[in-house]
Amino acid sequence: MREITYREALREALREEMERDETVFLMGEDIADPFGSAYKVTLGLSPQFGTERVRQTPISEQGFVGAGVGAAVTGMRPVVEIMYIDFATMAMDQIANQAAKLRYMSGGQAKVPLVIRTQGGPGRSSAAQHAQSLEAWFAHIPGLLVAMPSTPYDAKGLLKTAIRLDDPVVFIEQKLLYNTEGPVPEEEYTLPFGEADVKREGSDCTVVATSMTVLKALKAADILEREGISVEVVDPRTLFPLDIETITASVCKTSRVVVTHEAVERCGFGAEIVAQIAQTAFGYIDAPIQRVCAPSVPPPFAQHMEAFTMIDEHKIADRVRRLVTGEL
Amino acid sequence: MPREVVDIPCQVDYLSILDEDGQVIDADLEPDIPDGRLLQLHRTMLLARRFDERMLQLQRQGRIGTFAPVRGQEAAQLGIVAALRDSDWMVPSFREQAASLWRGQSLESFLLVYGGFYQGNELPGNELPEGTRNLPVAVPVGTQPLHAVGLSYAIKYRGQDDVVVTFFGDGATSEGDFHEAMNFAGVFQTPTIFVCQNNQWAISVPRSRQTNSETLAQKALAYGFPGRQVDGNDILAVYVAAEEAAERARSGDGPTMIECVTYRLSMHTTADDPSRYREEEEVEEWRRREPLPRFQAYLKQRDLLSDSDIEETEEEIQGEIQDAIDRAEERMEKLANEELSMFDHMYAEMPPYLREQRDELARELAGQEGNDA
Ligand SMILES: Cc1ncc(C[n+]2csc(CCOP(=O)(O)OP(=O)(O)O)c2C)c(N)n1
Ligand SMILES: [Mg+2]
Repeated sequence: MREITYREALREALREEMERDETVFLMGEDIADPFGSAYKVTLGLSPQFGTERVRQTPISEQGFVGAGVGAAVTGMRPVVEIMYIDFATMAMDQIANQAAKLRYMSGGQAKVPLVIRTQGGPGRSSAAQHAQSLEAWFAHIPGLLVAMPSTPYDAKGLLKTAIRLDDPVVFIEQKLLYNTEGPVPEEEYTLPFGEADVKREGSDCTVVATSMTVLKALKAADILEREGISVEVVDPRTLFPLDIETITASVCKTSRVVVTHEAVERCGFGAEIVAQIAQTAFGYIDAPIQRVCAPSVPPPFAQHMEAFTMIDEHKIADRVRRLVTGEL
Repeated sequence: MPREVVDIPCQVDYLSILDEDGQVIDADLEPDIPDGRLLQLHRTMLLARRFDERMLQLQRQGRIGTFAPVRGQEAAQLGIVAALRDSDWMVPSFREQAASLWRGQSLESFLLVYGGFYQGNELPGNELPEGTRNLPVAVPVGTQPLHAVGLSYAIKYRGQDDVVVTFFGDGATSEGDFHEAMNFAGVFQTPTIFVCQNNQWAISVPRSRQTNSETLAQKALAYGFPGRQVDGNDILAVYVAAEEAAERARSGDGPTMIECVTYRLSMHTTADDPSRYREEEEVEEWRRREPLPRFQAYLKQRDLLSDSDIEETEEEIQGEIQDAIDRAEERMEKLANEELSMFDHMYAEMPPYLREQRDELARELAGQEGNDA
């Protein structure tokens, strides 16, 4: 199968959905060519579809998210881009109180088929206000769907689905993933929300990882394999709906689990996963459930300091090793 | 009369004092700035320019992180802060290096902060609220004018006559927070000076795509206070506008908005390549109007400055910058080994949960050292 980047996979999803459905249009800051958006996902789309459908807006997150909600209610399918998840703060009322609530408060009359694409995560020395991982905020709000793809294949399939769904989706990308490559079929496909993917099978320990940490968990599994420890890596892919069945099936098999994400540990999405595992698979667990997440500080600006807060394969491998050998 | 015209104050004036060659256009408008102060302003303008160039080199060499160059906007910043008192406040966005230098922030402090170490903000020249009264940079666009309104409300409440200046870009005027700040300032008649650095671009989006208004200054009219435009590359015009606004604010007449019409001659940030989205001819045209040679021509004409003075100052400045780099790099080397400092300044008192995380990192670091040995 051909290999393309995460960025290209996302761009293909947008292009195909825009070709398929005229109600799909984009809004965001600096998204038109020649700039083509901060991380170049939309590069090349404005020449093809015109600036009516690839709408470069003033700097106004509240403006284009709110306008997206309004357009969506009329049956359009806006895909808006918030340059950094950190700036979702500027549009939080529109996301949490409006997009998420309109269907409910209209007694099912209004639907909001809006996709909010954004990206988060550390790794480029972007500092305290450009590198946070805020997925838990959105997963907490009833009415929103939340996707967090880790591979080009998942990114494309999930984005196409997100655009076709009739509910608002917060679609969270990761800045270091854009250049990663992976197999993506040429043929049309979509992926369902609420279906986790077992990225690697194993028998000694389950690692539940999201977004960037999936790649790190797979590397950790390679390291541990050489030591005779077999790791299963499960990627929920969407945080809401969450496929807890696949996660608990894995935990029941391995009897040990480490949950990892780039967000700070406290009240991170991992807490939800851990709680659900404890509720449904308590009897199967042989060792304390572990979390490998960032410390509760803003992402440091200095590169090597930032590195200390990031999740790498060694942090994951170390925790799994200690768990499996009974040290924890 | 069923339909009549509502008469609202509707006027924005544009002020310029120096022409493109630094000649005074209208002597009546020329401000009375003491010679020494004019020369100080020139020195700071030159320092800001050379420091900007040097920071860019350092960034390219990987010695500091991303920053937003100030090139071209020095007059639009210095003219404003020159009209302030030390006890006044400045609330910047993220491109106000020239203004911050004038208001006492040290070169070393900039280097540390852009080297990734907020410890740079602990250096003299950054004290709050007793010292220089500059807030740190605000990266989320347009969020800081509200802070300026709150600061100025507090000043008014305490019966003091200080004023607060806030800087923001043309792009920032599209954010809701900006409009809420303007509205508050109008309603509460706060001593706030809103300074829009209209540098024609917001990353790749030109000013014309930011608002359909003819000027940015006219936004103020809707909120019930004066807005004016100035030639932002003419330090004298900027100074006069700021002085008038400060005078209004101090005497209880409320806020003013000043739109400095200027140009971002350099890239948006060091991560940007503007040649992808704007024409070189446009940049060239603005280069002819850029502030430094204009101010120098004016000073020369008044016999306050000679070519050899400039040369001497250039040399001094280079030495000053190099000293600051040496000190900052030495300090950064030390700070690089203080990883635990990332837990500093989170709360007045470190909560136990955070202390545990810090201790864990400490153990991890100790373990690494053990492994290395
Ligand atoms: C809330 C928010 N949205 C988007 C960004 C990304 N961003 C950083 S600077 C910038 C453009 C700002 O333009 P302007 O206000 O004109 O200031 P200038 O950069 O020209 O000084 C954008 C879109 C941001 N930092 N904050
Ligand atoms: Mg601008």
